[in-house]
Amino acid sequence: MRNTGYYSQFGGAFIPEILVPTFDELETAYLEAKDDPSFWEEYLTLMSTYSCRATPITRLDNLSEQLGGASIYCKREDLNHTGAHKVNNVMGQGLLTKRMGKTRVIAETGAGQHGVATATMAAKFGFDCTIYMGAHDVARQRPNVFWMEQMGAEVIAVTEGSQTLKDAINEAFRDWVSNMDNTHYALGTACGPHPFPEMVSWFQSIIGTEAREQMLERTGNLPSRVYACVGGGSNAMGLFSGFFDDEEVELVGVEAGGRGRGAGEHAARLAYDDATIGVAQGYKTFFLQNRDGQMQDTHSVSAGLDYVGVSPILSHLHETKRVRFEAATDDDVVAAMQRTVRNEGLIPALESSHAFAQAYAEAPMMSKDENILINMSGRADKDIFTVADAIEDPKWREFIIDKAKGYQKGVNQ
Amino acid sequence: MSHYPTKLESSIKAAREKKDLLLMTHIVLGYPNFDDSIRVVEDMVEAGVDLMELQIPFSEPMADGPVILKANSEALKAGATVEQSFEVAERITREFDIPFLFMTYYNILFCTGVNEFVERCDNIGIQGCIVPDLPPAEGQDYLDAMKKHALAPVHIFTPNTPEPRMRFLSDNSAGFIYSVARKGVTGKDTAFSDETSQYLATCRASTDLPLAVGFGVKSKDDVDFLRGKADIAVVGSETIRVMEQEGVAGVKPFIQTLVA
Repeated sequence: MRNTGYYSQFGGAFIPEILVPTFDELETAYLEAKDDPSFWEEYLTLMSTYSCRATPITRLDNLSEQLGGASIYCKREDLNHTGAHKVNNVMGQGLLTKRMGKTRVIAETGAGQHGVATATMAAKFGFDCTIYMGAHDVARQRPNVFWMEQMGAEVIAVTEGSQTLKDAINEAFRDWVSNMDNTHYALGTACGPHPFPEMVSWFQSIIGTEAREQMLERTGNLPSRVYACVGGGSNAMGLFSGFFDDEEVELVGVEAGGRGRGAGEHAARLAYDDATIGVAQGYKTFFLQNRDGQMQDTHSVSAGLDYVGVSPILSHLHETKRVRFEAATDDDVVAAMQRTVRNEGLIPALESSHAFAQAYAEAPMMSKDENILINMSGRADKDIFTVADAIEDPKWREFIIDKAKGYQKGVNQ
Repeated sequence: MSHYPTKLESSIKAAREKKDLLLMTHIVLGYPNFDDSIRVVEDMVEAGVDLMELQIPFSEPMADGPVILKANSEALKAGATVEQSFEVAERITREFDIPFLFMTYYNILFCTGVNEFVERCDNIGIQGCIVPDLPPAEGQDYLDAMKKHALAPVHIFTPNTPEPRMRFLSDNSAGFIYSVARKGVTGKDTAFSDETSQYLATCRASTDLPLAVGFGVKSKDDVDFLRGKADIAVVGSETIRVMEQEGVAGVKPFIQTLVA
């Protein structure tokens, strides 16, 4: 018997029997692609011609000065087409879908970035596309839903459970068990059953490979610390993987601290001690669950980090202490975002702003000749409604009220 | 390699001496509440059901369709716990003289502790378990514990399962094999056809355990179709749907139409 995809005790493939041949097929296609240098060549060409890769690193000159400690750099995944790192994984899985001869892709989405990226990939490759999104998230992230639908994807609002990312994943699996013959499930993060955690991390490793070279070229040194936000963990796995062999580089994963410690208040699986080991959504990891093993509600200002589980690879790296996990609260995150916008003219997504918040807290205590690197995993255009609410911007409110009045009168402004 | 003998398999075989097709039904414990669960079991047994799956509710029932999904989340919303499920199951097995199985997802076993879970099944008279998200490769502890207690780990055949895999699953099972009539989740329609017959013949040839067939079995016609092709017809979502539409009292007449 074969037990694949374990990272110490985490990972595995806890899948319904109906999907066993589908996972065998996927794993074979993935391993063949990995062994075929022309696949990665094709991938790099696609990413450089379609999605602005290599994305640059930017030094935060003003904030480095203001905070008075380490020099702060960020990796500009926000400059990808569709505005986030999600496209790295999606385009890779798109190429795999073509190799497997499938004609339809499905995906779950939380913040909507992965849904938009998948809809984009489907439009480009000519696949049919269905996106599952928690009804709660559909309400939070209408702009992304709009673009997915414009690109021809069908967006299904999931009204089960907590109506967030985990419920969207369950629904996507329910679709897949019916339609696996022509459909690939482009899972969006480094979670789920084997080979997804490994495969998604492989596609995202493009971030870390580029970033390591860029830091060396730019500063002559490796960064002392590297920060990434952690929902499912794909952008963190992507950036960290460039530095796994560099023991002197400290890797810091920043989870959603929400309203602080306590069940239901946050989505921090590793930084806080509210999560325990369990098996759900096809893999074993730390979950925010009760003693019976029922998943609990989570909270975060950012839809993309609002998830009960975490990459099994990151749970492993948490236990081996290779990655340090911290949590940033909603308030700190919104403040860090505003600070970045105001001082640097950069607009990090609320998800990415978790990494910025932690870096800003630590940078002042570091020496001036140290460099740190933050993964700016996405940009915040999609968050405009949430952010405007969080900072209670009166002009925005006025604009929405006027706009609504216009629609009510049937006037298309 | 062959499966070990279980009380479940021998009671199925004994019942088959008297009937050409047995009927298994499925309920979600605690839905709509635990008292109704017991009442429904009573009605089902009186109506002639031969064995039953008792589902311990789980928050992420990945393999279940809308009807059972809703039953799971409603049961949890009403406060159903694993402990209560065990207590009610114990009452059920004591009061009714047919075999009962647990159906649930692996996290419920994992969080209880696999050995403790299986030992408790044995203590309260549960004869087997169906854990749809636990393939044998991930479930050695579970398989060992079930074997130690001579309980039946029931695995699932699907239309996508190649024959060597069917034999492997059969080797790791006891009691019976649960064969799903089509792809997809529970509770959607199945077109029972020549293709289904062929598939069931393949299932039959791949195991010497009794064969149960479920997913989309909802009428007397469906049940009759399975006669001679399987040992057990499984009616899952449809009984729950009937219960929702007609109340608990609707269940018994519905079952009676199936076995008429």
